[in-house]
Amino acid sequence: MQFGILINEGPYNHQASDTAYLFARAAIEKGHTIPRVFFYHDGVNNSTRMGEPPQDDRNVTTRWSKLAEEHGIDLVVCVAAALRRGIKDELLAPGFRISGLGQLVEMGIQYDRLVTFGD
Amino acid sequence: MSDMDMEDDGSGIVKKFMFLNRKAPHGTVYALEGLEVVLITAAFDQDVSLVFTDDGVYQLMKGIDTKGIEVKDFSKTYRALDGYDIEKLYVDQTSLDARGLTEDDLIVDVSVLSDDEMKNLMDEQDVVISF
Repeated sequence: MQFGILINEGPYNHQASDTAYLFARAAIEKGHTIPRVFFYHDGVNNSTRMGEPPQDDRNVTTRWSKLAEEHGIDLVVCVAAALRRGIKDELLAPGFRISGLGQLVEMGIQYDRLVTFGD
Repeated sequence: MSDMDMEDDGSGIVKKFMFLNRKAPHGTVYALEGLEVVLITAAFDQDVSLVFTDDGVYQLMKGIDTKGIEVKDFSKTYRALDGYDIEKLYVDQTSLDARGLTEDDLIVDVSVLSDDEMKNLMDEQDVVISF
């Protein structure tokens, strides 16, 4: 089954991105595919490579980049939400790209399921 | 709006999208940014339903004035939704009752549904996105 994932909350402040990551990993292990993850609202803050969490904590952004590279996941950050919050192309971690909300709508149209993580 | 009418994912598939607006219009950004997704989805010629439930019913309340909190008042957008062919607006009776509101307190025409009717409407959807 193809799952689209929508993440609506930023890293560390909220569990949404962690739970989405664990869901994605588990789904892939079960043989499903995650063609794209879409980051909206404060979720766009997951995409910046400028974050430096303490060594003994997970790096939410880095592990999305790694998962994306290993499994060909398209990590899309909403342009309007990103501009509002100061997220620019030059700040993006590997595997992330900025694009429009149409990419989110496409996920709903094309995939079997769209799963939202947030409040 | 004209450029948005051109949106097309090329598949010709039309799915039933329900947007569940659960939050007050101000205090958080969900209502404002959620509305953007609704408009884009309509521009992709999808079958869009909007539900206002819980504190989301406040998004449609008459007399919103944001001057005091110095944020954008986007409530006019709800009145313009029919221009985007978004005409399926629903509110649940339970949420209105809990807040002492009636249909007359709202700025647009909506269908007021019972909990059972809302459940059935949700069951019919292909995609449900909640803000």
